[in-house]
Amino acid sequence: MATQEVTMRVWRGDASGGAFKEYRLPIGEGMVVLDVIHAIQATQANDLAVRWNCKAGKCGSCSAEINGKPRLMCMTRMNTFKPGETITVAPIKSFPLIRDLVTDVSFNFEKAKTIPPLRLKPKEADGTRRMFQEDIDRAQEFHKCIECFLCQNVCHVIRDHEDNKKHFAGPRFFVRLAALEMHPLDTNDRKQFIKEKAGLGFCNITKCCTEVCPENIHITDNSIIPLKERLVDEFYDPLAWLFRKIGGK
Amino acid sequence: MAAEGKYETHEYDVIVIGAGGAGLRAAIEASAQGVKTALVCKSLLGKAHTVMAEGGIAAALGNVYPEDNWKVHFRDTMRGGKMLNNWRMAQIHAQEAPERVLELEEWGALFDRTKDGLILQRDFGGHRYARLAHVGDRTGLEMIRTLQQHAVHKGIDVYMECNVQRLLKDGERISGAFGYWRESGKFVLFKCKAVVLATGGGGKAWKITSNSWEYTGDGIAMALDAGADLIDIEMIQFHPTGMVWPPSVRGILVTEGVRGDGGTLTNSLGKRFMFDYIPDFFKAETAESEKEADGWYEDKKNNRRTPDLLPRDEVARAINAEVKAGRGTSHGGVFLDIASRRPAEYIKRRLPSMYHQFKELADVDITKEPMEVGPTCHYFMGGVRVDADTTAATVPGLFAAGEVAAGLHGANRLGGNSLSDLVVFGRRAGLYAAEHAKALKGPLAVDAGQIEAIAQELLAPFNGKGGENPYTIHADLQDCMQNLVGIIRTETELKEALDKLAAFKQRLTKVNIEGNRQYNPGWHLALDLRSMLEVSEAATLAAIERKESRGGHTRDDYPKTDAKFAKVNVVVKKRKDDLHISQEPLPEMPEELKKIVEEQK
Repeated sequence: MATQEVTMRVWRGDASGGAFKEYRLPIGEGMVVLDVIHAIQATQANDLAVRWNCKAGKCGSCSAEINGKPRLMCMTRMNTFKPGETITVAPIKSFPLIRDLVTDVSFNFEKAKTIPPLRLKPKEADGTRRMFQEDIDRAQEFHKCIECFLCQNVCHVIRDHEDNKKHFAGPRFFVRLAALEMHPLDTNDRKQFIKEKAGLGFCNITKCCTEVCPENIHITDNSIIPLKERLVDEFYDPLAWLFRKIGGK
Repeated sequence: MAAEGKYETHEYDVIVIGAGGAGLRAAIEASAQGVKTALVCKSLLGKAHTVMAEGGIAAALGNVYPEDNWKVHFRDTMRGGKMLNNWRMAQIHAQEAPERVLELEEWGALFDRTKDGLILQRDFGGHRYARLAHVGDRTGLEMIRTLQQHAVHKGIDVYMECNVQRLLKDGERISGAFGYWRESGKFVLFKCKAVVLATGGGGKAWKITSNSWEYTGDGIAMALDAGADLIDIEMIQFHPTGMVWPPSVRGILVTEGVRGDGGTLTNSLGKRFMFDYIPDFFKAETAESEKEADGWYEDKKNNRRTPDLLPRDEVARAINAEVKAGRGTSHGGVFLDIASRRPAEYIKRRLPSMYHQFKELADVDITKEPMEVGPTCHYFMGGVRVDADTTAATVPGLFAAGEVAAGLHGANRLGGNSLSDLVVFGRRAGLYAAEHAKALKGPLAVDAGQIEAIAQELLAPFNGKGGENPYTIHADLQDCMQNLVGIIRTETELKEALDKLAAFKQRLTKVNIEGNRQYNPGWHLALDLRSMLEVSEAATLAAIERKESRGGHTRDDYPKTDAKFAKVNVVVKKRKDDLHISQEPLPEMPEELKKIVEEQK
């Protein structure tokens, strides 16, 4: 690939307003969108605000909407676009804008504080923790989450309804809750929390979160649906209801 | 007007700066000791460099090889560090690492398992036994997330995207820290009895680097400014295997776990060249034939370790030499091949992020083709001089843990010893900072005049005249350090680097920042450049002082180790505005530990 010129439309502005600004610049072999943003910063707009850290898809800092698609900028190769195509880079939409490509994602850090933590059962008699690989495979899938919050960004429950943010934790935290629930040694009971505080019932399993996950976590199938099933067993199972009635709970 | 009234002010017993593994563990410990603790970090929580660590955390758990114990780990660490290590730190580290790993498990970490359901351990360079607890090749993510969630559940105050720029002192002792919020650009003042530095290294001053934008040596520069000593700052690790192609990904890390799991290094002639680079120091414990090397993965009793897993300094130099001799790949690296040696399923299960990274960024399927790799600036062995037991720096109230601190790794760090360093010494830093804070009575004094001067200095880039662009200065600095203070060094080039660094300092005063203080990366870089230049100068001066080759410091003009330099640390101090270099003797190792290092060959 010879050096070619590209046109980038990048959102510039803050909470008070802004607009897309066009930049033309040359790109080199193998470049990703984040490289081009950095090149704009270095040569045309020193103050262009963007978050990034690892540049290898491991930290989840550089989430943006690229030609309308929620993606990590560091994992989006420039050669995936048609030659001559103008590439639009906008901040993720579901969170308040701070500046340019940087948004206020504190919603997620506040939700993290509310999650009921792990409570392990006592150790084995020999003082060890024994867990078998096949028993942790599922939870390990959830531990792959890099907290890029792209799943939160595309979730209709909060993307289109600001009011729901109070009562809904979002897919990232369903993954986290599922990881805790499926930890083989955990004893904590989070069902009430999942139902009432995390608002799992709001999710109508459209799988938008799963589609954008850069770690390919099966968010809907492996975390959300099993959690829903647990709630059904707990709250809507007629036998369980009867036992609760008799037990006076 | 008092600084407290003018700027947003917070008061704590202990401030921890940096929220990677060491900072998180320090904050957890300080808070558990009952002192008021805050964690302050440049990025969002959970994005620090620890998240990028891949291969594993070294601890002699003995789950895979019951023969393993702290003594063998101690011995491997000392020998890997070419005996320049602080022996007491190496001892504490080897003894406490298993406890800290099990503690992570207690807090929710899910490491890969052995058949018996215990924590699985993998082979890595310089470790006698399979010793690294791991989660595929994303161990750092597991570790930072576990610590992050634990800290959050403990209710520790976290100041995210808050960049501390200077430490404040009341007389001789630490009394606070001053910085800015990245979001608003507004200043923030922390008054505190103790500061724990957990700010990592400064590899962003090099061009080919595995380090992110955060790695600008802030903690090292702040410690120097506050009057603390540095040691071993010339010791910089070039990880042997960074990506080399395409150019945009050059330097991104390729885990040593590839070799730990059976991958080999080959040159353009298809030769496993590491057999030609076994130094005398490691001859007795390294395989001489491919057959023995391959046998070692399964049978460690009857075979010696493959030279592909010599310590990193040895492997990086060997790759450098092969490329220089014209036996490199067309892109200036060598081949790292696991495709022809292990089944595709095994590779995908053991190295999922490497598979993903090469597929997405380089169009290479590592289960079918070899990778192209070359050295990348990765880690500072040197940094703030600390007391081995307490992590106290030479300034009262200042503590340091993790990459920013020096001593544990000596002249070269073994893979896997960093993650264990973070939790072992992070915990100790939190513990002793809390003790220090508890023992102090009376109000905290900060100097309003000093704070005002700092504030003016931090705003200077907005008023500069001369039209310098901070990004251009940074690129020039990276070229300078890469070319003149790289893997192989000579006095003439090091002195040339000093001249260039002086010129960069001048240019930095002529930077003129566009835009305002709100989330302005150009301004942030101009401020970070100050630390990068200071750290670069310290490293260059120390590199001139050490007239020998050892570990992460190779001198073309002094290619051998020198017994005289085996006994000293190079020390850097800042007095007024100048850096001063001296040599000080290493602490003497007790006889019984000397025996361990000798006996366990």
